[in-house]
Amino acid sequence: MYTFSNRLKIASFILMAVGVLGIGIGFMAAPSTVEEAKAIVAGHGDGHGDAHAVAEGHGEEMGHGDAHDASHDEHLLHQLQNKPWAALYVAAFFFFMIALGVLAFYAIQRAAQAGWSPLLFRVMEGITAYLVPGGIIVFVILALSVAHMNHLFVWMDPEVVAHDALLQGKAGFLNGTFFLIRAAVFLGGWILYREYSRKLSLAQDESNDDSNFKLNFRISAAFLVFYLISESMMSWDWIMSVDPHWFSTLFGWYIFASMFVSGITVIAMVTIYLKSRGYLPDVNDSHIHDLAKFMFGISIFWTYLWFSQFMLIWYSNIPEEVTYYVTRIADFNLPFFGMVAMNFLFPVLLLMNSDYKRVNWFVIMTGIVILAGHYLDIFNAIMPATVGDQWFIGIPEIGSILFFAGLFIFFVFRALTKAPLQPKRNPFIEESKHFHY
Amino acid sequence: MASKVIHAFYNDDDVLMHAVKKVKAAKHHIEEVYCPFPVHGLDKAMGLAPTRIAITSFLYGCVGLTVAIVMMNYIMIQDWPQDIGGKPSFSYLENMPAFVPIMFELTVFFAAHLMVITFYLRSRLWPFKEAENPDVRTTDDHFLMEIEIHDNEQELKDLLMDTGAVEINITEK
Repeated sequence: MYTFSNRLKIASFILMAVGVLGIGIGFMAAPSTVEEAKAIVAGHGDGHGDAHAVAEGHGEEMGHGDAHDASHDEHLLHQLQNKPWAALYVAAFFFFMIALGVLAFYAIQRAAQAGWSPLLFRVMEGITAYLVPGGIIVFVILALSVAHMNHLFVWMDPEVVAHDALLQGKAGFLNGTFFLIRAAVFLGGWILYREYSRKLSLAQDESNDDSNFKLNFRISAAFLVFYLISESMMSWDWIMSVDPHWFSTLFGWYIFASMFVSGITVIAMVTIYLKSRGYLPDVNDSHIHDLAKFMFGISIFWTYLWFSQFMLIWYSNIPEEVTYYVTRIADFNLPFFGMVAMNFLFPVLLLMNSDYKRVNWFVIMTGIVILAGHYLDIFNAIMPATVGDQWFIGIPEIGSILFFAGLFIFFVFRALTKAPLQPKRNPFIEESKHFHY
Repeated sequence: MASKVIHAFYNDDDVLMHAVKKVKAAKHHIEEVYCPFPVHGLDKAMGLAPTRIAITSFLYGCVGLTVAIVMMNYIMIQDWPQDIGGKPSFSYLENMPAFVPIMFELTVFFAAHLMVITFYLRSRLWPFKEAENPDVRTTDDHFLMEIEIHDNEQELKDLLMDTGAVEINITEK
């Protein structure tokens, strides 16, 4: 049995405390009037001119066609008010998506009846324990958006919709009630599968036949169908709809690749951590090697989708589509291209050599870069539409990351203490123990 | 140079693996093992040096990437710039996204084909080459271990019989 070491527990509490402080400062510093917003931007000096251009571009979309200067100032106010919310939302979603990516990986292992991975099942189940707290927090943020506590989703503003024919056409799908119902269905389905599969997994340890294992196989296969549909719709709802005029047909896959590679990276990191503390004695370098192969392969898969989306839009150059990338390249140049370096070049070059995939500290270092890169990926997806060129990775952003990192560590490692780290009666456990490359 | 070699036949890859380990443990040099299919882990058991074909593959990939860049730069930018979809080709960098699929494909093409050709050259394989395996059964259902004899015929025979060989022949090579 694993015991949650006090040092790690204290570290997670410190992360959460510092994070709450950062988030609090972010909300306190957000302006409440147009004058304050102008003062903040003037204090930064150069921001104003750029903000003007963005406001013009957004003017129509936001439904503030007339009284241009006033609308521009109000737009700026909304961007700055959005900042702490967006920072919170990006970090909340990022850590939630890690757990969701692990859940998909786990379901695939179950459905494929993989022989190499059963030793890692308890680690995966531990990480997916974060689905409940993480999912509730994301849901609360979405519900607060629907309740007009923030302006993350522009289509939730009835005044904007009143002046926007396109949003009126989409209102049958994009409306607050249906949005929350969908979110509840998705979260409910994911959590239900997680809890049920975990229950069967633990029951298999004590049983004297394989019926739990077989049932787990069947529900996992069925869950994957539900997951692919719900994950895709979730990505339209929670991420793509911050730019409600823009759409991409492979967006669900793109977000899936991001969460999948982040999830696999965290499985590898938690496994290596537990092994370094003397747990999981039967996990060998070949298991780490396989996880690192997945990190390598899915990083390339992510890049493939990122580039496929980019190239078609870049080539066809249709105004309503290309604006998505124009704002990102103009205002988010460093995070936008930096993320490609971190999510593609780094893992490809560092993990290409077969031997490096077995060097644990190498996997950890690459994993940190991959996780930071995929945080930036979500950042680049949410920020341009919510805070525009007022983005910065400062106190509210880092505070949110620290808070959710602490929360994630706390819930994941608490769940790991609940059951033996090695499944006893999984029919493939012997194969997994002798797995070698 | 004519030397005497011993040919030990096995009909199971697990038995073969154990035999190889035993022969290695007895400090005999295994000349070659002929198999009808690749046996996982046999190279490690025989103590063969790890393959360096991955390194050549990486280098060939770099060559392919360079060829793609130079080729597209000459064709699309220098020799005959065209205006495709409102994107005039005056700068390689600005048109780079359009060339990425070609850069990718040629990287894979060069790495894959040149790696296979390297493998054939290194293994001395070419069309119409006479087969080197000493017994036709190694292409069907038998494994063959070849060990050179240095005045230790009887000792080797006993050892190999012990490891579960189904047949032992001694031939001139």
